[in-house]
Amino acid sequence: MLLRIRDLDVTYRTAAGPLPAVRGVNLDVNAGQSVGLAGESGCGKSTLAATILRLQPPSARLSGSVLVDGEDVLTMRWGPLRALRWAGASMVFQGALHSLNPVRRIGQQIAEPIRLHEPSVSGAEAARRVGELLEQVGLPASRAATYPHQLSGGQRQRVMIAMALACRPRLVIADEPTTALDVMVQAQVLTLLRDLVRDLDIGLLLISHDLSVLSSTCDRVAVMYAGRIVEEGAASQVFKDPRHPYAAALAGAFPLIGDLAARFGPAGLPGDPPDPRHLPTGCSFHPRCPVAMPSCAETDPPAVPAGPGRTAACLLVGDPEREPA
Amino acid sequence: MNGPLLEARELQVRFHAGRGKRPVRAVDGVDLAVGRGEIVALVGESGCGKTTLARTLLGLERPQDGTVLFDGAPLGYGSGDLKRYRRRAQLILQDPTGALNPRQTVYESVAEGLRIHRAVARKQREGIETSEVDLVSAALAKAGLRPPEGFFMTYPHELSGGQRQRVVIAGALALEPELLVADEPVSSLDASIRGEILALLLRLRDELGLTVLVVTHDLGLAWNIADRIAVMYLGRIVEVGSTEQVLQAPEHPYTQALLSVVPEVEEIEPVVLAGEPPDPSRIPDGCRFHPRCQALAGGAAEAAGVADRCISDPLPVIAAHGGHRAACWLAEARSPSSP
Repeated sequence: MLLRIRDLDVTYRTAAGPLPAVRGVNLDVNAGQSVGLAGESGCGKSTLAATILRLQPPSARLSGSVLVDGEDVLTMRWGPLRALRWAGASMVFQGALHSLNPVRRIGQQIAEPIRLHEPSVSGAEAARRVGELLEQVGLPASRAATYPHQLSGGQRQRVMIAMALACRPRLVIADEPTTALDVMVQAQVLTLLRDLVRDLDIGLLLISHDLSVLSSTCDRVAVMYAGRIVEEGAASQVFKDPRHPYAAALAGAFPLIGDLAARFGPAGLPGDPPDPRHLPTGCSFHPRCPVAMPSCAETDPPAVPAGPGRTAACLLVGDPEREPA
Repeated sequence: MNGPLLEARELQVRFHAGRGKRPVRAVDGVDLAVGRGEIVALVGESGCGKTTLARTLLGLERPQDGTVLFDGAPLGYGSGDLKRYRRRAQLILQDPTGALNPRQTVYESVAEGLRIHRAVARKQREGIETSEVDLVSAALAKAGLRPPEGFFMTYPHELSGGQRQRVVIAGALALEPELLVADEPVSSLDASIRGEILALLLRLRDELGLTVLVVTHDLGLAWNIADRIAVMYLGRIVEVGSTEQVLQAPEHPYTQALLSVVPEVEEIEPVVLAGEPPDPSRIPDGCRFHPRCQALAGGAAEAAGVADRCISDPLPVIAAHGGHRAACWLAEARSPSSP
């Protein structure tokens, strides 16, 4: 198992009291596998991603374990941790424009992690690898000499991906890599990520609020709400036949073109995500849930099997009389 | 009046890119009509000119050629004309956080437009007894912020993303406009909130008879709320028709490619076009889509005997009135009745 997260809790200390951002998360990613993590802003998905590389803010208190190749990132000493970042696992951030240095050529920026992590690599060798990386992400090697402003949004995002691959990591975490991109460019970047997972046998954790993007790119999908994974399973199943009412709402938010029920009937979910400092009692989704029962306000449901290879944390799952339609 | 509320005729907007450079032809010949109470989606990739077209329709850009007609009359560009126009046509932008002043309360944000346009005095002259508080309350309630008084003294940072977008919409509704132009109204919002905002736009049309032009790259949004769709590519509208026609029986290869990469459409072999939309300062000869066209590259145009026309004959501008049309030589060869 490349990535194995067990019982992870991340709580921020704030002036207004403890803020639980991640609550009891279990998640696995294998080599050659892509796993999607879906959820709204504030659900804890970016905190979870940062914690995998131990990049969470200093005010965070952690418990549980994050094993990358069997080693616990949370208790790792500084030297191995530094080696892990970039070389073991790397990250593609959302805003490529803000993550690239505007006054340095992109070739230098891609070479930087190589030079820092592998000091024995000569300048010429680093330049050769930069050219290879650019070609791997579908850009001509000659683009190494350009500055970020000379590239389009999609090209910059490709550069970010090339940089993440620079030290040949086995795990890549991509946090909303296509959010700011157009449909056609988004399709190009997602196709690229899918090909890289297959060709390089890396594990990919892809984070997005758009369940439809995840379902078309990933093998498995986990849906997160208020710090907890509420449903997990094969990507196409979670999108087409969600078992948790929140996963159903996310899946319905992006309509199937041709679905007559969605024509002049945009599906929304009333209300707002809860304040993590004052989570509702019982199931944290129950105040917004269209099928909530009185018992939902009392019992916080654990994740239970919801079919072959999938789990959901909902009192209605597994109850044959009350299975959500 | 029975004509369209908003109409563009042979609209051209060019920007000068600098000395010795070719001008950027952002809008390069567009005819478009938006009927009263209609929701029209203007769809395309970034850089296709859709935002420039929307700004021109609102009088924020002045076209070099062509006319914008509102309620049958050509738009005037004097400051008084534009001020009058802005009471009737309002813009909603993508990012509600950027559109709201963080140091202004919700009440102040919504009341600002009313003060600029002296809306209270105007109403009283018409013999309608009202106050600023009444108008702000009414606008917030229409935007779904209830009870409105509860939001008066809140600041943007105290609101969720969906509530902020509702405040922006309330600010636009306060002046009781006839037309809303919404530029990517939900693309910065979370999935669960998106549906609520789209439902609000639909309700405003049904209850207030509002006309909405929504600029988006999101075909699912168009399927959710739009009556008609205009697909834009490199400054031109390349396909127009009812939402069902354009999304379920697209004729233009560009529309077909856009649809094939939308994850929400199943069982279509994805056509991922290579490259980025080309440079609007160098619009290709012939059909402007031909260098990226999968029907030309795949030989379908050749088989229909139109490949030469695709490369060298420019296509006429699609007329604003009429049914489902596509600016494509291949589509025309297949159905000789359409122009």
